[in-house]
Amino acid sequence: MSLKRILTPLPAASAPLRRQAAAMSTAAVTKMNLFTAVNDAMRIAMKTDDTAVVFGEDVAFGGVFRCSVGLREEFGNDRVFNTPLCEQGIAGFAIGYASMGKTAIAEIQFADYIFPAFDQIVNEAAKYRYRSGNEFDVGGLTFRTPCGAVGHGGHYHSQSPEAYFTMTPGLKVVMPRSPAEAKGLLLASIRDPNPVVFLEPKALYRTSVEEVPDGDYEIALGKADVMRTGADVTVVGWGGQLRVLEAACDMAEQERGISCELIDLRTLMPWDVETVEKSVNKTGRLIVSHEAPVTGGFAAEIATKITERCFLSLEAPIERVCGYDTPFPLIYEKYYVPDKLKCFEAIVKAAEY
Amino acid sequence: VSAEEWVRMYKAMVSQQEMDTIFYGSQRQGRVSFYMTATGEEAIHIGSAAALAFDDPVYAQYREAGVIMWRGFTKQQFADQCFSNVRDLGKGRQMPIHVGSSEHHFHTISSPLSTQIPQAVGAAYALKQEGRDNVAMCFFGEGAASEGDFHAALNFAGTLEVPIVFFCRNNGYAISTPTHEQYRGDGIASRAVGYGMHAIRVDGNDMAAVYAATKAARELAISNSCPVLIEAMTYRVGHHSTSDDSSRYRSIDEIKKWKEDVDPISRFRNYLEKEGLWSQDEDTQLRSDERLEVLKALEAAETAGKPSLEEMFTDVFDEKPAHLVEQEEAMLAHIAKYPDKY
Repeated sequence: MSLKRILTPLPAASAPLRRQAAAMSTAAVTKMNLFTAVNDAMRIAMKTDDTAVVFGEDVAFGGVFRCSVGLREEFGNDRVFNTPLCEQGIAGFAIGYASMGKTAIAEIQFADYIFPAFDQIVNEAAKYRYRSGNEFDVGGLTFRTPCGAVGHGGHYHSQSPEAYFTMTPGLKVVMPRSPAEAKGLLLASIRDPNPVVFLEPKALYRTSVEEVPDGDYEIALGKADVMRTGADVTVVGWGGQLRVLEAACDMAEQERGISCELIDLRTLMPWDVETVEKSVNKTGRLIVSHEAPVTGGFAAEIATKITERCFLSLEAPIERVCGYDTPFPLIYEKYYVPDKLKCFEAIVKAAEY
Repeated sequence: VSAEEWVRMYKAMVSQQEMDTIFYGSQRQGRVSFYMTATGEEAIHIGSAAALAFDDPVYAQYREAGVIMWRGFTKQQFADQCFSNVRDLGKGRQMPIHVGSSEHHFHTISSPLSTQIPQAVGAAYALKQEGRDNVAMCFFGEGAASEGDFHAALNFAGTLEVPIVFFCRNNGYAISTPTHEQYRGDGIASRAVGYGMHAIRVDGNDMAAVYAATKAARELAISNSCPVLIEAMTYRVGHHSTSDDSSRYRSIDEIKKWKEDVDPISRFRNYLEKEGLWSQDEDTQLRSDERLEVLKALEAAETAGKPSLEEMFTDVFDEKPAHLVEQEEAMLAHIAKYPDKY
């Protein structure tokens, strides 16, 4: 993937000031996987912000997914530390630290275990600024948590809980699709003056590798990425699902000559309605795909919003290709997930409607 | 503590009591939608607040109004919040008594119980990182101490070695639930040992004792960068809130006994009078002055306007994103269409 594809130019009028890579045109890059990119982002965040601290379960030795390797050695054990095994404590502690105007990077070891922290995140973090009339805020707070299917995770190591958080006013929700995306989005999330839930597709930690720009850069929140342009069908996803969708789009092109426009939402809350709307007005057909269960999943929000915005442009019903409404089943994983073939079928169905 | 300071503290307790009486009454009159008194716990508020530094961040539950008042939050400001008017710092977004003020280092109250406890630990960690000569001060009731967040917080405070004072107001009831149905161990203080921290149990209705305990706890917490737990034994003389009628679950005799035998304000007044620092006449005058001040504040709060409708969509995020701009426009358009109905 070329450097230009990775870094999206930011609309000057609307985006807050963001720092770009040191020399965009001749940027140095390093081949990295997702956990190394996340690690790099946290390192840069901590270098540029003395108040930034990283904490959670097992982060001190490097983390169960190696995202925090080397950070303690570099920044000291007062800035990189283990907490007791308690997500509600991690969340409450993070909120308190951030409420003092500091930067808290809190890890929840698996998104499946974020639920004890749900009260703190939804009732406290999300509402801290609003309920206080802006007397206080926890803008410096970012939760990082691995999510998604990994092949053998079953009920409690595979969940994608993003939809629970998108319905909570006051939270931003972000999910990167690749290392270079993750680094830029994580830096943007940490520095965004609002609490952010940053979900990292764990299946990509080792397997997703690409050239990642060195140095400090951010990818704007709230802005989707049109990964490839197309004429016939708009395909929308986020996180690990984009790899599946890319393959499905390739298959649709090769076998049926269907030209797909593939969009990575990147930020789910607030999501880039304009970019998807523009695309569907052009193609008239939309597929939305995510691993999370279909009913009440975030695709429902996108489908409804686009129906409102693009009703007269739509040539086919909007298709959702998602997980079924069962707990994530171990032995049935390959049947459960919205794989390349299911996505291909949906693309064809929409294209031929 | 100088004599003047003791008198000032006494006056603050009386002020709190008078404010509670009148605000409670105003809810009964239908002027304010909701209120919670702290009757019987005034010594806890003032005794602890006076022992803190002004910039010790306070994370409270909801029955600690005297703490923010001690710091200078005015009766007018309190009334403004209760009436959700245009001057409310919280912009009218929350129920009465959910006050907060960054100027006074008092974090805005939220209804969910015990959520503030682990937050206070995070705040204490920030203080430690900055090397400040401060503690985080965290208040909660004995009922809230049953919540998971309490246990999470104490464990974190011990392992992360933060300068924090956990202050438990054990007032005998969590709405209708008496302490016998809340815990079986030796109160809340005994839990401190399990989490590796110092604790002290104190007579919450003895203001001097509360003051001394808080001062000592604070010094220990700062010098050792460690948590300290205070359990102040007291009694909730009033109802849980204006939505509660406590005669349904406790006897009038029980309330009477606590009110008459160990009322914190009477006890301290007796002490001041014995020391020649206070008189009945001064007391009568004080109460009359306080009452008048509260009534004035109430009236001014009631007649002030409501916050602007535009504040409904601000502060969700630092800046208003596109979808909120749209929703706001839609709402305003709807209201413009039905101007008499809203």
